[in-house]
Amino acid sequence: MTTKPRIKVPDTNKVGDVIEVKTLISHVMETGNRKGPDGNLVPRDLITGFTATFGGKEVFRADLTSGVSANPYISFFFKVTGAGDLELTWTGDKDFKVTEKVPIKVG
Amino acid sequence: MSRRLKLEVLDRREFLVGASAAAAVATVVGDAHLALAQDKPPTFDETMAKILGQAKAEEGKINIDLPEIAENGNTVPYSVTVDSPMTDADHVKAIHVLSTGNPSPTIASYRFSPASGKAAVSSRMRLAKTQDIVSIAELSNGKFLMGKRTVKVTIGGCGG
Repeated sequence: MTTKPRIKVPDTNKVGDVIEVKTLISHVMETGNRKGPDGNLVPRDLITGFTATFGGKEVFRADLTSGVSANPYISFFFKVTGAGDLELTWTGDKDFKVTEKVPIKVG
Repeated sequence: MSRRLKLEVLDRREFLVGASAAAAVATVVGDAHLALAQDKPPTFDETMAKILGQAKAEEGKINIDLPEIAENGNTVPYSVTVDSPMTDADHVKAIHVLSTGNPSPTIASYRFSPASGKAAVSSRMRLAKTQDIVSIAELSNGKFLMGKRTVKVTIGGCGG
């Protein structure tokens, strides 16, 4: 049911550049406060964590709650220290876990 | 005469049994209230106190980009930026985005390090009604910055 997250990074980068990473992932972000058509509460189903690591080092992390819109969009910055893979991980309720690797090109 | 006395005694015993049962019910109900109170999300002030501790937040120096009027409270785009050199000695450790009018005050917390290069983040939030959005930045020197913006929400975005 999970679709591949969409991630956008600049095509060309230089060492020392601070680049913007835009991410979008499909997820209902069900708050757990909402009633379904049967009158019962719809159980909570949220993405609660997002981490970005580059070269094994954490560059950005987010704790998300029910206040985040469905299909969470997160954009953040990080400093390019060389060519390598940017690893993005989303975690959440019901054992939700998606990991994506994005190559960061330098040159 | 003696029969009537016996009846009275019985009545009193029944009364006692009934009273203790009522007391037991009251205790159970009291416990249930306590349990509910623990499940309730913290209030805005409690959340602020948890982030700030004993410190006081300095107003300004934090830029919150938000629409003045949000037509749909389900997705309200925002970005928060803090001017910071982002060096080891002086960087922003975290940015917290809080709501004053949602059922749960915390919207998101973002953590940064010098490797982030820039203390800026953009995302989309849900807003239940017209309210103030408060953002708190936690700096590496232990200080806090605070910013506040009002958003008018036409259609609330928390279901219900």
